[in-house]
Amino acid sequence: MGSRASSLLREEDIEEIKKETGFSHSQITRLYSRFHSLDKGENGALSREDFQRIPELAINPLGDRIINAFFPEGEDQANFRGFMRTLAHFRPVEDNEKNKDLTSGEPLNSRTNKLLFAFRLYDLDRDDKISRDELLQVLRMMVGVNISDEQLGSIADRTIQEADTNGDMCISFSEFIKVLEKVDVEQKMSIRFLH
Amino acid sequence: MESYLFPFDSLICMLLGISFTVWFTLLLVFIIVPAIFGVSFGIRRLYMKSLIKLFEVSLLVIDRCFVKHFDQIIEKNWFKMSLEQEIQDMRRGGAEPEFDMSDIFYFCRRGVESIVDDEVTKRFTAEELESWNLLTRSNYNFHHISTRLTALWGVGVLIRYGFLLPLRVTLAFTGVGLLVVLTSIVGLFPNGRMKNYLSDKVHLMCYRICVRALTAIITYHDSENKPKNGGICVANHTSPIDVIILASDGCYAMVGQVHGGLMGVIQRAMVKACPHIWFERSEVKDRHLVAKRLSDHVADKSKLPILIFPEGTCINNTSVMMFKKGSFEIGCTVYPVAIKYDPRFGDAFWNSSKFGMVNYLLHMMSSWAIVCSVWYLPPMSRMEGEDAVQFANRVKAAIARKGGLADLLWDGGLKRGKVKEVFKEEQQKLYSKVLVGSSEDGSSS
Repeated sequence: MGSRASSLLREEDIEEIKKETGFSHSQITRLYSRFHSLDKGENGALSREDFQRIPELAINPLGDRIINAFFPEGEDQANFRGFMRTLAHFRPVEDNEKNKDLTSGEPLNSRTNKLLFAFRLYDLDRDDKISRDELLQVLRMMVGVNISDEQLGSIADRTIQEADTNGDMCISFSEFIKVLEKVDVEQKMSIRFLH
Repeated sequence: MESYLFPFDSLICMLLGISFTVWFTLLLVFIIVPAIFGVSFGIRRLYMKSLIKLFEVSLLVIDRCFVKHFDQIIEKNWFKMSLEQEIQDMRRGGAEPEFDMSDIFYFCRRGVESIVDDEVTKRFTAEELESWNLLTRSNYNFHHISTRLTALWGVGVLIRYGFLLPLRVTLAFTGVGLLVVLTSIVGLFPNGRMKNYLSDKVHLMCYRICVRALTAIITYHDSENKPKNGGICVANHTSPIDVIILASDGCYAMVGQVHGGLMGVIQRAMVKACPHIWFERSEVKDRHLVAKRLSDHVADKSKLPILIFPEGTCINNTSVMMFKKGSFEIGCTVYPVAIKYDPRFGDAFWNSSKFGMVNYLLHMMSSWAIVCSVWYLPPMSRMEGEDAVQFANRVKAAIARKGGLADLLWDGGLKRGKVKEVFKEEQQKLYSKVLVGSSEDGSSS
């Protein structure tokens, strides 16, 4: 993973990313090294192919959905700011106490934002609702060919029934939050970044 | 005016003549003759000790001025629970096989972890060092730290490019040239014990000169386990130099594709002296043909042990990747060998997507030295009820353990190719089991 890339990252950029995401200086340079080593085309941005080159991600059933989360709507390139912003969702919540100079407003790694990240994995057309179809498609990605359509359909129906409170046969973000209120999201959607 | 230049001219010629003679005499006495007889003056080890002292000095300077960041980026849970355990751990309670919307968190987190740090892609680039060894190519984060260090680096450049590189290039040409010429001469002898004896001596001598051409300082361990005739020697692969390192300590039959150009000339010459196994490009695809030629060679006890690198590609010497099962199906004794390079003196890994062969050799010859350890492991054979893949994995684990390398199941072919769909399908299958429990219904497409 060696690269001379850290010299391409300016101090002002590092400071801005620090404020926006809450990562420390050394974490940002370390992640920039990683970004640079993934960027085979050396054009300062990652494409979907760059992500798919990671074998452990390629065999992840939801690999494509996760890769998609790094790309803003309609774009094919992920620059370093966007990369860091997405990774920031996975910072542990405890780390926020150590880093006081975040911009005001909700930090990217709050419980709500972590849940929003997961919600968007389900919400394929980004219309802020998880329809039965979308849920079926994501379930199909996770199980492959091992479960029949009927059984998968009934799993989806059951899930929507449990979650849907306003009867529109879709799961909105607030319904999503309610369903997962007992889950320790902060721990399950966090990665321990070392300094 | 011109008359003044004549004596000057002849003086220069004389000086040049003398220096060349001195140069070549020194070369002959200190390097070539010992190589022929397989002895060593110990000059290289002395050099290595002084380099270590030099690196310690540079480490002190760096320590004072700079904080290093070479730990992992994220804390990985080495005790990895299985997919089922993790998901059940995560659910809101109740062990009923059912879907839960929080299941997605597991895949999500694993996916992002692999984006930040994965086990495979980092094996195909050179290993990062903890401190700088005064080579520009391994300088990642140490920009101008102190004038003293930069001065040291400058002196290093002068020594390496001005003195060591020409010396090594001369030796390399000598070694290769002698190999081609002498093997062709040995090829003229009739087949028999005399020819085999001469061929062994010639090969060893030329490889030893090449070893000195790289200033390779090699420590061989457990030489009582050295490969014998009728066996296959397998080793982990880091660079083309592996061949030179092993072949300067023992005689092997090489396996490889027929090349054109200089390599082709060398190959044709070598095969005159003793039987190596060279395949045409088209033959490589035919696995049965390959297996047959290998087994025929192995069955003939008068032929040398075969040297094979089952990973199939160069890995950066921090891990051992999947061994291709072809060589383990032949059914003869396997002699595993572990090779570990010390990256402080020069990184031997060949990143073939970044550097061509010539560039790579230049890098090698302008490093400080190539320092490595070779361990000959005890011979292994396939056990009852063990198939080729299991045998290959057993050998791989032994090599990884001895060399202090990570033992990975991933295929080295991932350097260039995509991962097979079947691995994703395995993950999907595991998750489906969690959803429908141990009941049989539902597992249809």
